[in-house]
Amino acid sequence: MKSNYDVIVVGAGPAGSMAARFAAEQGVSVLMLEKDRDVGYPVRCGEAISKEGVEEFIDSDERWIKAHINKFSFIAPDETEVILQFDSRQEGYVLERKLFDYELARTAAEAGTEILTRAYVNGLLFNDGKVSGVRYEYQGKQNEIKAKIVIAADGVESRVGRWAGLKTHIDFRDMECCTQITAANISVEPDTLYFYFGADVAPQGYFWIFPKGNNLANIGLGVSGKVGKTKSAQSYLNSFMDKYYPDAPVLTSIAGGVPSAVTLDKISAPGIVLVGDAARQVNPLSGGGIASGMIGGSIAGRIAGEAVKMNKPDHILSYDKAWNDRLGKRHLIFNRIKGGIYNFSDEKFNKIAKSVNKIPYEKRTLGKVFTTALMNQPSLLVDVAKVFLI
Amino acid sequence: MELRYAKTGILMIEILPDKCDFCGCCVGVCPEDAIELKEAEISIIDERCTNCAKCVWSCPIEVIVFNRDGVTVK
Ligand SMILES: Cc1cc2nc3c(=O)[nH]c(=O)nc-3n(C[C@H](O)[C@H](O)[C@H](O)COP(=O)(O)OP(=O)(O)OC[C@H]3O[C@@H](n4cnc5c(N)ncnc54)[C@H](O)[C@@H]3O)c2cc1C
Ligand code: SF4
Ligand code: SF4
Repeated sequence: MKSNYDVIVVGAGPAGSMAARFAAEQGVSVLMLEKDRDVGYPVRCGEAISKEGVEEFIDSDERWIKAHINKFSFIAPDETEVILQFDSRQEGYVLERKLFDYELARTAAEAGTEILTRAYVNGLLFNDGKVSGVRYEYQGKQNEIKAKIVIAADGVESRVGRWAGLKTHIDFRDMECCTQITAANISVEPDTLYFYFGADVAPQGYFWIFPKGNNLANIGLGVSGKVGKTKSAQSYLNSFMDKYYPDAPVLTSIAGGVPSAVTLDKISAPGIVLVGDAARQVNPLSGGGIASGMIGGSIAGRIAGEAVKMNKPDHILSYDKAWNDRLGKRHLIFNRIKGGIYNFSDEKFNKIAKSVNKIPYEKRTLGKVFTTALMNQPSLLVDVAKVFLI
Repeated sequence: MELRYAKTGILMIEILPDKCDFCGCCVGVCPEDAIELKEAEISIIDERCTNCAKCVWSCPIEVIVFNRDGVTVK
């Protein structure tokens, strides 16, 4: 290990690994620090992603794909089920993220990134008001290491950005507070993602069952921190399991938070950029943040590498615009749609499900489902129109 | 018994570390950066905490509790 690097990445999730890889590919020196013992573990994720989201960065590999998805099932509060099949171009996966994240980090290493696990970053170094490195704890010792650019990829906590003066904490109402189990003997269709809605299962959020092959499934939910004031995510999960799968053996159980809001106002400052969950780059409507985090990471990594090569530190400030043009503006609209949908009453969900089921199965597309939903909430129509126009 | 002090009077936020999953949800919502979270260690930074309870509401598995009587030094 050297005493200084061009770029230091904090956190080795998908966003961090892509930032490291894209920076290293520019020929600059990169170090990635991860607080946990293992890259990719523990997994706090439903592990669903589109094939397209994966293949922008890495070829699909059956070693880390647990299920191939081509259907959504939406279940309304009165248990009316709406099934939606998509065409093969829109295939999705349920990943084994332990292996997927590991593989992403390996590609970063292959591009030249050095990686250190069990390295807990607990402060920043400054020079003339500009971030100039990190402090970290490793094997009980406090260390300092200099960098021209720090990339904060520290996930939902997003503390590194705060130390640089960026306001990263998220309104508790926008935090989807989640619990999930991976359970066995869950006999659902192996190619379908199931989403349950309603005040009893997951108010202001949704409940999911994502199959992982051989009757294993990720089962979990997220509810707004506002809901958590009266009832925790864990109690909703317990009620659901008692009702539907009382005897299912549980192989893993985890908690987690999804920052379901728009991207932070500022995701760069002198000497530092933020990526992934740390920058609040999650798609606020679906709560999916693997693909968008990789996109944010790749943009930031590329720009950081360019800034070092050109010896133009201020170049990193162009990252905000690059992200907003690629996805940030879209997320503004998704967030407004989320605001509408999450406030639907159970009756409204039931009514929409019944109207959608009148559309013949072969003709049901996500667009048609949306249109039907919108006839019940016309003010959302403008927002949706914008999504399809951008 | 000695009480712990927050930024705003006695500390009323208590983490039950044995139950914690170290997921970071509470850290993400804390407006004061008053929660320290390592791989498998969590603690409140007393002098920053304002007892706002946002972390309590956001913990998915009820690990942080509001203790009106004040948290005591262990
Ligand atoms: C229950 C749940 C279900 C989800 N389901 C899906 C889904 O199905 N599909 C989807 O696309 N997204 C899903 N998400 C969201 C997705 O998991 C995240 O958006 C994604 O992991 C973000 O990637 P990241 O690289 O930004 O952060 P992370 O993957 O969280 O990585 C951050 C890394 O930084 C490390 N770190 C943090 N602080 C420090 C520090 N101080 N020093 C050193 N290292 C540090 C952490 O240990 C961690 O490894 C889900 C989230 C949850 C909680
Ligand atoms: S939200 Fe709860 S489980 Fe997660 S780190 Fe905080 S106290 Fe622990
Ligand atoms: S009570 Fe408020 S200030 Fe204190 S730790 Fe919790 S969220 Fe932070």
